[in-house]
Amino acid sequence: MDTQTTMILAKAIVAGLSALGAGCGMSGGIGPGIGEGYAVGKAIESMARQPEMRGTLTTTMFMGCAVAETTGIYSLIIALILIFANPLIGYFNF
Amino acid sequence: MNVEISGPRILLSIPQLGGFVLTESVVITWVVMLVLVLLCRFLTKNMQVRPTKKRQVIAEWMVTSIQGLVKNDMGPRFVSTGYVPFIGALFALSAGCSISSVFGVKAPTSDLSTVLGWAVVVFILITYNKIRSGGIGGYLKSFTEPVFVMTPMNLISEIATPLSMTFRHFGNIVSGTVITALIYGGLAALSHGVLGLIPGALGKTLSQIPIFQFGLPAVLSLYFDFFSSFMQAFIFCTLTMVYIGGAAGD
Repeated sequence: MDTQTTMILAKAIVAGLSALGAGCGMSGGIGPGIGEGYAVGKAIESMARQPEMRGTLTTTMFMGCAVAETTGIYSLIIALILIFANPLIGYFNF
Repeated sequence: MNVEISGPRILLSIPQLGGFVLTESVVITWVVMLVLVLLCRFLTKNMQVRPTKKRQVIAEWMVTSIQGLVKNDMGPRFVSTGYVPFIGALFALSAGCSISSVFGVKAPTSDLSTVLGWAVVVFILITYNKIRSGGIGGYLKSFTEPVFVMTPMNLISEIATPLSMTFRHFGNIVSGTVITALIYGGLAALSHGVLGLIPGALGKTLSQIPIFQFGLPAVLSLYFDFFSSFMQAFIFCTLTMVYIGGAAGD
């Protein structure tokens, strides 16, 4: 194989593995999903027990969900970087 | 059918000014700011002690709710300070920028730089409040607590505050953009495939019209454009208030 073919092959391998990595990385969305579901379930339980606390509970629940979501958002950012702004392919641009 | 997901377009670039670029998000943010200023002018026109107009009631409701938020999250002594207009402006700008995607433009908040700018402002305010409450010595000493070995961890968590705020807002808005683009592309392909089954010229003509794009994206837009926008603006402001209130101490 000449150099150019090797380069194209290397790029193809990096691009394919990056896409695979992005997909695997988005499994980080499982954790926040479970956690948020748990938080919302607990909030509904408390609302059923004390309906007059509804306003405060809803606000606090959304706040907690937003903070719990952070790790999921991080994996989304990693996936977006891998797909749209892949830094690894740059190694083969010579 | 082509799905295109990209960053903000560059409208103008001046290499003489050190590579200055004017992006789409900056221009849209200006428009949103202009709309907000005009809205404020309109709502506060001819104010009276006893409100007779509906718009004054709306304006008073907005100010009172922001004051209530600041009172709850930062403490009663912050109600008469400049933080109320700051939080209100941050909320209005964030919500306005995200909602602008309803009008078919690219939301400025799906650009990382926009949100990072706000987070840097918040970070400066947090640091200012920490230094003001504990003095510069107390601020530097707070990094070595509880033990000196923890200093790198404390530094990282200090930097992580604005970064996580940025990524949370940016990630939520941009995920909405990506999902909407993918659904539009998928629906176009679906209608092309299904209507292409009709034989003859009729099927060929009909399959060019993405008829399935009618309906479902509107429901998604309701969630991503309205609910998510207000939610993220609210969360960004609440985190700002909590961090600043915590930094200012008692």
